[in-house]
Amino acid sequence: MSRLVRMDRTGHTTLAEWRAEDPEAVEAAVEAFRAELDRGYFAMVSTGEGHAEQVKELPVDADLVILRLPISGG
Amino acid sequence: MEGAAGVLPETAAVHWRPRADARRLRRRGNLWTLTTVAHVVPFVAAGVVLFLVQPLAVAVSLASFAHAWVIPELYAARGANVVRPRARAGAAAEHTALGLLGDLVGHEARAVHAGTGLVPERGRLGVWLVGEAGALLVCGRRVHCFCVRVDDPNLPSADRIAHLLLALRADEEGFATVANLSFSGARWRLRRRMPRSMRPAMAAAVALDRV
Repeated sequence: MSRLVRMDRTGHTTLAEWRAEDPEAVEAAVEAFRAELDRGYFAMVSTGEGHAEQVKELPVDADLVILRLPISGG
Repeated sequence: MEGAAGVLPETAAVHWRPRADARRLRRRGNLWTLTTVAHVVPFVAAGVVLFLVQPLAVAVSLASFAHAWVIPELYAARGANVVRPRARAGAAAEHTALGLLGDLVGHEARAVHAGTGLVPERGRLGVWLVGEAGALLVCGRRVHCFCVRVDDPNLPSADRIAHLLLALRADEEGFATVANLSFSGARWRLRRRMPRSMRPAMAAAVALDRV
């Protein structure tokens, strides 16, 4: 089961869960994904130990997609 | 504006900054050292000359030496401040966030975080110690202190770290470009200014740097 989670004030919130072979769940996840990107979140997937990648389309095969807010110099 | 693939999008907000790399970081580190020397030498020289000219003014000489000692210490304290713990969110939120952060890092990093609040992360530029509102980059005997944060101060501590960690992993040089350098100097000088509970993280980073 793949998950789309958003890091927020509650710790994190699971916005969608899907299996690649379930088109309805994938469609719902894609909609949730786009809505969060429109709100200014960046979507990240881990690509191996110590590596991550920003994605602009929902990677349906990824186990975990994490939404993060922008960072800036303090 | 669309950024290049693999480039941290936040770098667009600091487009005037040259992209950080190992050579630029070394140069900035050397400039910090030069600046420190420029602060210290005049005070030491003034103290010595004053004492030679008028030994009765030894109190003024000592004050001058104290300035020479305090100024680098103040800079180091400013560097250590970037990893000082911030206000906590509610216990439930912290616990939930900690679970996600734990999924992102290995066992050793989890153990270091549990003891110190900092997450060690090996990068191409050196070994990072990622905190809630900043990160330290350990490169041999030098440490660069970066002030960098997620734009929501109400996030749980572990989530703030996870935000920085994911950005760092996506584009290390972009991360170092976006972050503000608040200190660069000797590891020993910074370590003394870190909260005592965080000092083992520095030892873990040094060990990782030597592997």
